[in-house]
Amino acid sequence: MTRLFVGLSVGVAALFVLSLLVGPASIAPVDSLAGLFGGGEGPVAMVMREIRLPRAILAAMIGASLGLAGAAMQGYLRNPLAEPGLIGVSGSAALGAVLAIQTGLSAAFALALPLMALAGALGGVLLVLALAGPRGGALVLILAGIAISAMAGALTQLVLNLSQNPFAVNEIVFWMMGSLADRSMTHLWLALPFTLLGWVLLASLGRGLDALTLGEDAAQAMGIDLPRLRLVLILGTACVVGAGTAVAGAIGFVGLVVPHLLRPLVGAQPSRLLPASALGGAAMLLAADLAVRVILPERDLKLGVLTALVGAPLFLHLIYKTRKEMV
Amino acid sequence: MTLLSLRDLSVTLRDRPVFSGVTLDIEPGELVGLIGPNGAGKTTLMRAALGLLPHEGQSCLAELDPGARARAVAWMPQMREIAWPVTVEALVTLGRTPHRARALSQADRAAVTRALDWMDLSDMRNRTATRLSGGEQARVLIARALAQDTPLLLADEPVSGLDPAHQIATMRTFGQVARSGRAVLVSLHDLGLAARHCSRLILLGQGRVVADGPPGQVLTPELVAQVFGITAFSAATEHGHVFQPLEVLE
Repeated sequence: MTRLFVGLSVGVAALFVLSLLVGPASIAPVDSLAGLFGGGEGPVAMVMREIRLPRAILAAMIGASLGLAGAAMQGYLRNPLAEPGLIGVSGSAALGAVLAIQTGLSAAFALALPLMALAGALGGVLLVLALAGPRGGALVLILAGIAISAMAGALTQLVLNLSQNPFAVNEIVFWMMGSLADRSMTHLWLALPFTLLGWVLLASLGRGLDALTLGEDAAQAMGIDLPRLRLVLILGTACVVGAGTAVAGAIGFVGLVVPHLLRPLVGAQPSRLLPASALGGAAMLLAADLAVRVILPERDLKLGVLTALVGAPLFLHLIYKTRKEMV
Repeated sequence: MTLLSLRDLSVTLRDRPVFSGVTLDIEPGELVGLIGPNGAGKTTLMRAALGLLPHEGQSCLAELDPGARARAVAWMPQMREIAWPVTVEALVTLGRTPHRARALSQADRAAVTRALDWMDLSDMRNRTATRLSGGEQARVLIARALAQDTPLLLADEPVSGLDPAHQIATMRTFGQVARSGRAVLVSLHDLGLAARHCSRLILLGQGRVVADGPPGQVLTPELVAQVFGITAFSAATEHGHVFQPLEVLE
């Protein structure tokens, strides 16, 4: 168990350093690190501090968020197919961003896009809380999430449908594919407080999620306050997913595949899966963000496209394995 | 010290009264069998007593805050749910949830080991719980409830699906638990097991407690005919009380 956590941590650290050393500006590794730590003012220091460092930190941070939220959501719903987008927050955050692009706000003011996306996420979470009620069970939450996702998706389509500005449509379509290119430290400072709050909330759920292995009735009789657990889960997921979507767009499959992959390695215990999945998510997104820079450096391959391209076959493999075990 | 005290407990679900006016006390040392036909409200009575259902009247357990209740009573639901492929030992350790700090204490480990021994699971402790047979899973879940190590244990049909040896062994374990100064309330459909192992039976039917007392006084031909609609052989023998249902009454 300890070996798994050490291995994952080393992997994340290595990928993080690698992420700092790879980019369109070909800078020798030694120069990169000198630029990063050497306090100089030259172009190398600029590239390192303003472009590569925020990009690497955001990849690790958002990856960890998606892994953690995915593990928590699967633990709560006791279903390996659950993922963080299920409660509709990523969809409503995307709608906020799309409105920012369409109305031209994002062109007028750089931070309008992430701020509008955060507002969208907030709207989504308020709606899901109102719909799912304070005492409703897991099923009501899923239904509310599906309804909100569908509504946000339809409104996004409507914006694209009615848009008379081909440039905005183009930008919206590309933004929705998810990317970490050209994000600044400001994006990081905007997402960081929500993300940290969300991590604290989600990390507190381990005990309750473990008890839920025995079902809702047994967990409640063991002293777990289920309405409170659900509230913390929704708020925590909304914080991390809202912040992540606001700065990087929609990135799928990480929150679904990473907990699934790591579950057998932690003895399937939800409380242990939380930190493992956070580390695994960070590693996966750092690797994916490296890959988009290495595979097609000229073509701006989008991060969300790559995670789906890699994630879907990985998931098919998991289905194949599960099917073999069931016989 | 009374471990469970119900006063005039009534439950109405979707405008249909399930039962009303249930008053009873359970004292340390008792192994109480809760019997009654399908739909009599056995599960509902136990869940209401735990405070997991809206009810009228009083239950001493429902008045406790969730943490204190989890240290006063363990609950084994009828639905045998094991969501993830965890090991038997990890699953039984979940019973320590209300007691443990972050790390397991010596007392936690001892309670888990004792529960595994009681349910004859020591050899299986490292097996994956979801891959066991239904009966084995039932034993693991009983062990989980025993590991909670509470003065009172409520179990909903814990022995259904178990082979005869493990049915008897489980009832004997409940007997041991009761004799150690605790109390156990189990719902049962096997009236033979109930007659033989329980110190007291509560017969639920027609929306109320029909009878409450030693097995010989509850499993009388009249009551059995009235509530279950069957005839039965029931006698105190040299092997203890023997009860065998015979025919359905027309």
